[in-house]
Amino acid sequence: MLSRVADAVYWMSRYVERAENLARFVDVTHNMSLDLPPGSDQQWGALVFASGDQEYFEKTYGAATRENVTHFLTFDRDYAGSILSCVHAARENARSVRESISSEMWEQLNEFYIAVRDAAQSTPLKTPNAFYQHIKNSSHLFVGITVTTFSQGEAWHFARLGRTLERADKTSRILDVKYFTLLPHVQDVGTPIDDLQWSAVLRSVSGFEMYRKRHHGITPKRVVGFLVLDRQFPRAVMHCVDTAYRSLHAITGSPEGTFWNIADKRLGQLRSELAYATVDEIIGRGLHEFLDSLQVQINEVGTGIYNTFIAMEPEDHIVA
Amino acid sequence: MDQSQSTTLQNQLNFHDYDTGGFFDELIDEDGHARPGAELLIQRIDELPDQELLQRQQMAERSLFRMGITFNVYGDDEGVEKIFPFDLVPRVVAAAEWERLERGLKQRILALNLFIDDVYHDQQIVKDEVVPEVILKSAKSFRHQCIGLNPPRRIWCHITGTDLVRDKDGTVYVLEDNLRCPSGVSYVLQNRFVMKRSFPWLFDASHVRPVVDYPSRLFSLLEHLAPNGIETPTIAVLTPGVYNSAYYEHSFLAQQMGVELVEGRDLVVRDGFVCMRTTKGFERVDVLYRRIDDDFIDPKAFRADSMLGVPGLMEAYRNGNVALANAPGTGVADDKVIYAYVEKMIKYYLNEEAIIPNVPTYVCYDEEDRSYVLSNLDKLVVKAANEAGGYGMLVGPHSTAEERAKFAELIHANPRNYIAQPTLSLSRLPTIIDGRFEGRHVDLRPYILYGEDIYVLPGGLTRVALKKGSLVVNSSQGGGSKDTWVIASSPDQIPTSQPTNENHA
Repeated sequence: MLSRVADAVYWMSRYVERAENLARFVDVTHNMSLDLPPGSDQQWGALVFASGDQEYFEKTYGAATRENVTHFLTFDRDYAGSILSCVHAARENARSVRESISSEMWEQLNEFYIAVRDAAQSTPLKTPNAFYQHIKNSSHLFVGITVTTFSQGEAWHFARLGRTLERADKTSRILDVKYFTLLPHVQDVGTPIDDLQWSAVLRSVSGFEMYRKRHHGITPKRVVGFLVLDRQFPRAVMHCVDTAYRSLHAITGSPEGTFWNIADKRLGQLRSELAYATVDEIIGRGLHEFLDSLQVQINEVGTGIYNTFIAMEPEDHIVA
Repeated sequence: MDQSQSTTLQNQLNFHDYDTGGFFDELIDEDGHARPGAELLIQRIDELPDQELLQRQQMAERSLFRMGITFNVYGDDEGVEKIFPFDLVPRVVAAAEWERLERGLKQRILALNLFIDDVYHDQQIVKDEVVPEVILKSAKSFRHQCIGLNPPRRIWCHITGTDLVRDKDGTVYVLEDNLRCPSGVSYVLQNRFVMKRSFPWLFDASHVRPVVDYPSRLFSLLEHLAPNGIETPTIAVLTPGVYNSAYYEHSFLAQQMGVELVEGRDLVVRDGFVCMRTTKGFERVDVLYRRIDDDFIDPKAFRADSMLGVPGLMEAYRNGNVALANAPGTGVADDKVIYAYVEKMIKYYLNEEAIIPNVPTYVCYDEEDRSYVLSNLDKLVVKAANEAGGYGMLVGPHSTAEERAKFAELIHANPRNYIAQPTLSLSRLPTIIDGRFEGRHVDLRPYILYGEDIYVLPGGLTRVALKKGSLVVNSSQGGGSKDTWVIASSPDQIPTSQPTNENHA
C-alpha cells in the first residue's frame, strides 16, 4: 500500500482513540469532583498537567477550574490536543484516504465530527456525562465498523497498530495522573485508601468489572498490575502492546521474535520488557518513572514506524 | 407549523400554475403539458403532498451531507467544504432526442481527436487553410512538448465532458468541449443514488437508463491503455490533493474502480518507470488517470514551479512506459477560438455536417467579427480563450457600462484572446425554491469515454443556476445540480437486474 495512505490510516485511528481517551479523562474527573468538597480544583489542575500544555492553558484560560479545563480539553479549536481537534484530525486523515477505507467508516467518522462540532456550539454542556458517553460510543462504533467492513490486510493492521499504541500510551497516562493525585507519597503505597477513588480510575478505562473478576479487593498495587501487565484486559498496556506487536509483524512479514526493521526491534524490546516485569519491580523503581519511560518507548516505536514505512527512501529500506 | 399554513403550502408544489416565463422548459411545454418521457414524473409529483416532497428534498440533502459529498471552494473562509446543492426535480431526455445527441457527441469527439492528433503531427488542417496557422500558433494550450507523440491507437481524449445548452427555440448547442480533466461525473452517480432512494417506484415506471456502470467502463478503458505486455496493470488516479475542488470526485472514482489514489509526492520516476512509494518499497504504475492539468504534471517538461507533479513523467510517457489519460496536449482544442472551428473540423476530417451545432461564435481576431463584437457588447457574451469555470467572462445584457468598457479595452489589447457569442436564453427546469416550483436555467454535461469504441454515458450532469435569472451554472458561483434521466427507447437498454451502488447499498 501507499506510504501516505498507511500514514493517514494509522493517524486516523490514533486520533479517534485519542479523542475517546480524552473523553474518559474528563468524564472521570467530572465524576470524582462531585464527591469532593466544592472549590477543590486539584483534580482539574492535574489534567492540565497531564496534557503537557500548561503554558498554553495558563495564558489562555488562567485558573484550572472545571469549566476552563473542560472547555480546553473538549472544544478548544486552537488547541491541537482537544477532543474537537482530534476528531477533526481523524476526519481529515480519513478524508485523504476515503478511497482506501470503507464508506461506512468514512460516514461514521463524518457524523462523529459533525456531532462534536455541533455540540461545541452550545457550551457549556448540560449533561457532560451523556456527551462523553457519546464520544466513547462513537469511537467504539468506529472500531466496530472498521473490524466488520474493512478487509483485514495491511491497512487494517496499520489502523490497529495506531489504535493500540495510542491506547497503551493513554492508559499509562490515566494511571500516572491519578496515581499522582491520589497517592502523592510513595510511603502511602499499601495503606488503606479510598475505594471509591480507585474504582473511579478503573471505571474510567471501563475496567471496574473486569478488575473485580480478576482481583476482587481493590489495592493500588493490584490496580497498577491490572492496568499495566494484564494480558487479557483490552485497555491494559500489556494487552495493547501485544496486539500492536502482532499487527506490526503482519505488516512487516517478519517472524515473531525477530526483527527486520527498527520498528520491529523497538516494539519487540518493549514487549519483552513488559512480559517479564512484575508489579513489585515497577513500584520499587517508582511508578511515575516507569510510566514515563514506557511513554518514551512507545514514542520511539512510533518514530520507528514512520522511518520504516513512511519516510522510506530507496537506499535505507532494507535494514540490515 | 399550524394547520392553515400547511394547507396553503399544500397547493404550491404542483405544476398547475407553473410559469415557463417564455423560456424553453425541459419538462413542461408551452401549453403547460408534460414533455415526452416526463408525463409520469409530472403526474406523480402533482399527486404527492407538498410536505412529502419537501421532506424528500431535505432527506436527499441530509444524505449528501452525511456521505460527505462535498466540493472545496477556493478563497472561502467559512470552512472549505460545501455540499453541491441538489434539486429533486430531474431533467428528462426523451429517447429520440438522446439518440441524436449521442450520435452528435460521438461524431464530435472523433473529429476533435483527429484534430489533436493532426496538430501534433503534420498539421494538415493548417496547410489546407481550414484553421488559420496564426490561431494555432498562438493557442496558449498548444504544447510543443507533445509534437510527434503517438499515444496508443492515436487516442488523445479518452474522457470528455461536453457542455450542452438549449436555446429558446429548442436548439441544442455545444457550449464547450472540456477535453482536459472534466469533473462532475461523481455527482451524476451520487445524484442518481439519492434519487433512487427518493422515488424508487418512479424509476421502474419511467424506464430510466442506468448510469451505475460508469466506473467499470472507465476502469476497462484505463486497463486497455496499459503499455504492451502488461496483463494486470497497476492503475491509479492522480490527484492534486485534498484541497483541490474536485478532490471528492478523484477519491470516489478511485474507490469505485478499486484503484490507488495517488498524489504527485507519492510518485517517483526510477529507471524510466513511474513508481509509487509503498510500505514495501517502490512499485511500478502503468496507467495514470491524471486529474492534474498539463501545466503541473511534470516540472521537468512543463511549469518548473509545480509542486503537484512528478519530475520525469513526460519522458516516461514518451517512452511508452506509462499511459496517461487524457494525453497531454488535448487542451489545445479547448481554446475557445479553436472551438469556433469545430464544425469545420467535422466537415474536414469526417466529411459530415455537425449533428449538434456550435453556438454561433465571433472570433475577435477577425477584423469584421471584432468590430461587430465591439459595437454589440451589451448583447453578447464575451469569453477569454483560456478561462473556465465562468471566470473571465462578460455577460453583456447583465453588465455595467464600466465592465463593457473594460472588456472593450481587453479585446483591443489582445484580440486573439477573445470570442463572443449571442446571449442564449438557456432552457429552464422547475426547481424547488422556497417551497414552490420556479423555473431555473440549466445546462447539461454528458460524459464520453473513448476507448475501444466511443461510449456516451446515458445521463449526465444537469447543472442549474439557482439564483433567479442567472445563467451561470458553475458550482463555484452558486450553481446546483439535478439528476438527468435518459429514457430507454426499448426495454433492452435497461438490464433486468440493475447493479446497485455498492458504495452505499
